[in-house]
Amino acid sequence: MHAEEKLTYETWPAEPEKSTLEAKNKFLGFWLFLGGETVLFASLFATYLALKDKVPSADHALAKDLFDLPLTFVATMLLLTSSLTSVYAMYHMKNFNSQKMMLWLGITVLLGLGFLGLEVYEFNHYVHEYHHKFTSSAFGSAFYTLVGFHGAHVTFGLGWILALMIRNYKRGLNLYNAPKFYVASLYWHFIDVVWVFIFTVVYLMGMVG
Amino acid sequence: MANQQINSGNPRVDLEYRRKKNAEEMRYQVVSFTLMIFLTLVAFAAVAIEGFTAWFTVPFIILLAFVQVVFQLFYFMHMSHKGHEAPSLFLFSGLGFGLVMVLAFMTIVWW
Repeated sequence: MHAEEKLTYETWPAEPEKSTLEAKNKFLGFWLFLGGETVLFASLFATYLALKDKVPSADHALAKDLFDLPLTFVATMLLLTSSLTSVYAMYHMKNFNSQKMMLWLGITVLLGLGFLGLEVYEFNHYVHEYHHKFTSSAFGSAFYTLVGFHGAHVTFGLGWILALMIRNYKRGLNLYNAPKFYVASLYWHFIDVVWVFIFTVVYLMGMVG
Repeated sequence: MANQQINSGNPRVDLEYRRKKNAEEMRYQVVSFTLMIFLTLVAFAAVAIEGFTAWFTVPFIILLAFVQVVFQLFYFMHMSHKGHEAPSLFLFSGLGFGLVMVLAFMTIVWW
C-alpha cells in the first residue's frame, strides 16, 4: 500500500499507523524520541528531588506550604480523561471514521486546555501569594523547570493535534495522515505518563513532607 | 490481545472480525482507564488521610504511579501489541538511564 491510495471502509488496513514504509519509519522514530524524552524528564525529576525545599532562608515557602490537593486532583482527572478520549479517537481512526475521530480529538483538546488553564492559575497563585518564583530559590528553579517543561509539552501537544485537525478536516483519513494522528496520540499519552510521576513525586510527596 | 493481521480469504468476514476485535480492545481500554482512576484516587486518599507515616505513604504512592504508568504504556500506548520490540528497547533503556540519574542526584547532590 502507498500513502496516497484512495481507501474505503472495506479496504482500510488493520494497522494504518504501520502500513506504509513512511508510517513504519515515523512509528519507530517517534518511539526513539520518546525514549530520549524519558531521559530528559528523568534528569529534571532528579534535579527536582535533589533541590526540593532547598531555600536560602526560612521565609520562603516550602513544598508542603504551596500545594493544594483538590486543585492537583482536578488537573490530574482532566489529563487522565483526555488520555482516554484520545484512545477513543484512535479507535475511530482504526475504523476509518474520520468525523468521530475529529470529535474525540476535539474533546481531548478541550480537556487539555482545561488542564493548562489550571496550571496557569496555579503558577500565578504561587508567584503572587507565596512569592515562589523561578529565581527565588533552587527549589523554585527546579520546580518551575520540571512542571513548566511538562506544561510546555501540553501546549505543544495541543498545537500539534489542532494543526492536524485543521489541516485534515476536509480531507478525511488516508494512509498519509493516519500515522500522523497516531503519533500525535502517542505523544499525548506520554504527556500523561509524565504527569503521573509529577503528581506523585512533586505534589503528593510534597504534601507528605 | 495481540493485534494480528487476520486473513480468512473472505474480506467481509475479516472486516467484521476486525471491527469486533477493535470494539473488544476498546472495552479493555475503558477497564484500564477505570483502574487508573482508581489508583489515582487511592494515591490521593493515602496522602489526604492523616495517620499514615511518610515511610509508608511515599513508597506506596510511587508503587501506584508505576502500576498506572504500566497501564498507560501497555494499553493506551499499545505496547502490549506485537511489533513493539524496538519501542520497548528505546523506552526501557531511557527509563534505565533515568532511574540511575535519579539515584545519582539524590545521593551525591547536597546543599
